[in-house]
Amino acid sequence: MATQHSRSAARLMMAPAVTLLLGWMLVPLAMTLYFSFKKYLPLRGGDLGWVGFENYVRFVTSSAFWPSIQTTLVIVGGVLVITTVLGVALALLLDQPMWGQGPVRILVIAPFFVMPTVSALVWKNMFMDPNYGLLADLWRAFGAEPVQWLSQASVPSIIMIVAWQWLPFATLILLTAIQSLDSEQLEAAEMDGAPSPKRFWYIILPHLGRAISVVILIQTIFLLGIFAEIFVTTGGAFGTKTLTYLIYQRVLESQNVGLGSAGGVYAIILANILAIFLMRIVGKNLDN
Amino acid sequence: MYLRNALRAATALALIAGATHAETITIATVNNGDMIRMQGLSDEFTEKTGIEVEWVTLEENVLRQRVTTDITTKGGAFDIMTIGMYETPIWGKNGWLVPLDDLSEEYDAEDILPAMAGGLSYDGTLYAAPFYGESSMIMYRTDLMEQAGLEMPASPTWEFIREAAAKMTDRDAEINGICLRGKAGWGEGGAFITAMSNSFGARWFDEDWNAQFDSEAWKETLTFFSEMMNESGPAGYATNGFNENLSLFQQGKCGMWIDATVAASFVTNPNDSTVADKVGFALAPHKDGVEKNGNWLWAWALGIPAGTQKVDAAKQFVEWATSKDYIELVAGKEGWANVPPGARTSLYENPEYQKVPFAQMTLDSILSADPKNPTVDPVPYTGVQFAAIPEFAGIATEVSQEFSAVYAGQQTVDEALEKAQAITNDAMEAAGYR
Amino acid sequence: MARSVTTRRKAFNTAVAWAIGLLIFFPILWTILTSFKTEAQAIADPPVFLFFDWTLENYGVVMERSNYAKFLWNSIAIAGGSTLLGVLIAVPAAWSMAFVPSKRTKDILMWMLSTKMLPAVGVLYPIYLVFIKLGLLDTKFGLIVVLMLINLPIIVWMLYTYFREIPGEILEAARMDGAGLKEEIIHVLTPMALPGIASTVLLNLILAWNEAFWTLNLTAAQAAPLTAFIASYSSPEGLFFAKLSAASTMAIAPILILGWFSQKQLVRGLTFGAVK
Repeated sequence: MATQHSRSAARLMMAPAVTLLLGWMLVPLAMTLYFSFKKYLPLRGGDLGWVGFENYVRFVTSSAFWPSIQTTLVIVGGVLVITTVLGVALALLLDQPMWGQGPVRILVIAPFFVMPTVSALVWKNMFMDPNYGLLADLWRAFGAEPVQWLSQASVPSIIMIVAWQWLPFATLILLTAIQSLDSEQLEAAEMDGAPSPKRFWYIILPHLGRAISVVILIQTIFLLGIFAEIFVTTGGAFGTKTLTYLIYQRVLESQNVGLGSAGGVYAIILANILAIFLMRIVGKNLDN
Repeated sequence: MYLRNALRAATALALIAGATHAETITIATVNNGDMIRMQGLSDEFTEKTGIEVEWVTLEENVLRQRVTTDITTKGGAFDIMTIGMYETPIWGKNGWLVPLDDLSEEYDAEDILPAMAGGLSYDGTLYAAPFYGESSMIMYRTDLMEQAGLEMPASPTWEFIREAAAKMTDRDAEINGICLRGKAGWGEGGAFITAMSNSFGARWFDEDWNAQFDSEAWKETLTFFSEMMNESGPAGYATNGFNENLSLFQQGKCGMWIDATVAASFVTNPNDSTVADKVGFALAPHKDGVEKNGNWLWAWALGIPAGTQKVDAAKQFVEWATSKDYIELVAGKEGWANVPPGARTSLYENPEYQKVPFAQMTLDSILSADPKNPTVDPVPYTGVQFAAIPEFAGIATEVSQEFSAVYAGQQTVDEALEKAQAITNDAMEAAGYR
Repeated sequence: MARSVTTRRKAFNTAVAWAIGLLIFFPILWTILTSFKTEAQAIADPPVFLFFDWTLENYGVVMERSNYAKFLWNSIAIAGGSTLLGVLIAVPAAWSMAFVPSKRTKDILMWMLSTKMLPAVGVLYPIYLVFIKLGLLDTKFGLIVVLMLINLPIIVWMLYTYFREIPGEILEAARMDGAGLKEEIIHVLTPMALPGIASTVLLNLILAWNEAFWTLNLTAAQAAPLTAFIASYSSPEGLFFAKLSAASTMAIAPILILGWFSQKQLVRGLTFGAVK
């Protein structure tokens, strides 16, 4: 159906987006690669010459490297599991007939509109503060010792904050998917006397496969880069240093641009490994 | 709001008519109370000079990140930056700041406290003018001390402090004997533990830049700190910084608090503090037999980046904000207790200011800190609670994160010191010191 | 929807959904409530919920200290500008991917998404240097471009999925009637894709509004949006929960209100091609 004419027109129309993104990818990537082979210390005179792979070796052999990979995977994985599972549950619930469906939906999606910085500040100070936080008040009301969230349960706390922000996104996509489900099919299953767990397992969940894939894919891309939530709450202490945060420490706190750039290259590699995994696992669902 | 803008416009117009060139300068500053006040008063500066001021007010960590990026890349986004005693000599050495060696006669640069001027100079040249200066000291509740049947000596030992803290602690009444900074970050808990380690005879580096965390003195410091805080400190002290402790003290939840001398005006201000009339002050402690005290030296200062096109206007502002007149201006509006402290000798000679309860102890603390000679054993760096080398901020932040993990009960003192030693030596190697 | 449900079942659903909804919304509600308290009431234990002396004092303090209108306008201009620019560039690209698909279409889409994987903190120095060179530092235009580039992959993908749902026969018919490419896009395609475009615009407004790394690090006094406004309230000296709450409420209110009014659009449109 596509003629030669429309093919070249199509290419022309794609050109601006592709060119811009290519530039946005290549310029920083090239500069990151360039810096990563340099000893570049802005506070000590800047460019101090080529050092080969020294930055790469140093970044990986630092005691903080492997823990940071682990933390990254735990946080990303934790948030994905929570948002997907709760997202499906919430979407199912919101699809049920009820009074005030619109207002409830508004309440549920509201966290998505809150800036990460603001949500981190609010959670840290007004909820998780061991002295003045609302959760501490709650714990004390039951006669329990308040939990020191951000030091003793630091990673779960951050997962909770981030999951709170992303749950609405997952819920929205999954809700749209559920609403598109052919209700006749469900009714038929109901007529046949299929109990609701079975209906969920054999009809609803397979139908949601594609939506779940999308949720996981998009969220992973955003979650790999989370920064404000950690910067505001723990500053990377108590085992919350993700790879992104470690790079921040190297580039901005230690002012070692070369070392940080090598870290940036590792981050790209990690992201691509994850992307390939994701494509393998969820990519099938995207084909059709 | 409208009226003020109209006035501002009118003054600006008048000045243009008077052939003065109206300029706008951009100032990056930290969101501390004294700076917020300066921001409010800057209208008076505009009225006087016709120079408009735009503010970029940021939280301390964000500010550091922002101004450091801008100065190292010569971005020129700011005409004045609020920086500290750590950054100033390093930046001055790199030629990134405009030297402040030609300040006006009436400004009286000689009046700046020598300790502050020294810390804000490189090679004898002043590179940033101190807006306020501070050391650290003990602030304690006189009523609780009395209840405990103890009397605070003029220069207490750490052993005394620990004992007093244990006696003052009353968990049922939510009173913690002592509140100290445990929060990770070189300017937070890192600053405190470093200053404290000086008074235990420890040091960061030997003269060949080898890390010294494997020393007995460091082990003693960290063990003492965490044991004392577990006995008598508030729950969750591993995440408490200056601000958290200030709130705790103001709410009457701390017996003692060793922290910045500027806090004295906040804890004695009856508007914010429930214990305003029950606060005493003493010199920061030392270990029995060690002559160094565990207090630091710091100044928030105004520096002018070398690339700015508006050097004259920026200098005018720096002079105005750090002048004797500015201090008088604040005193007139808010009372002497609220003027920016610790920058000028004349302030401490002013009989009005001498009536302020914490004035003398602040000065004594400042005078007892010696950045050129901070430790018992010799060191290759200057700075009390930091080493004035570019790598320090990054290293000390990571090291203090390991320490905070000890405070939170996640690792032992030995584990933390071992990691600190590795982190520091590794980073110093990367920077080419070793 | 033909399913009949008992009133009891409906009441049960309603109760559970509202309880969960309120729980999720609670942190925002609490922030808004706290912004009307005094600092002492903000940390009161036991906490006070509704029965306190409501005060506008905190808003007064924030308005006095910061030029809120300027931050707000910058946020609107940057989020709006980057979304508009992004959609203008993405529509033709998404069109050609949807209607003239080639073997590489999916690869290109995935590659576009992968440009989002370079961690921002790692490239701050290079980008900062480029911005200085181009004179874009602390300009709204510079941020509009950066945020557009960051969100472009998402915009392209969303539009692509909407366009693909439009049956090709309709376009064929239009072509038969002698419509050129331009007419086809403007008169046939765009009206049909309008709901999709609307939700794309919404999502990107939200993402751009909330972006806090580049907007904070590439601005000073002129172009700083609300993310920088918040950074001046995050931890000052003394008690600050009430003032922080007021500032937070002011920072999120505009986008929250927009989101509420367009909730239906978002619920209907946010599919990313997940629905088949």
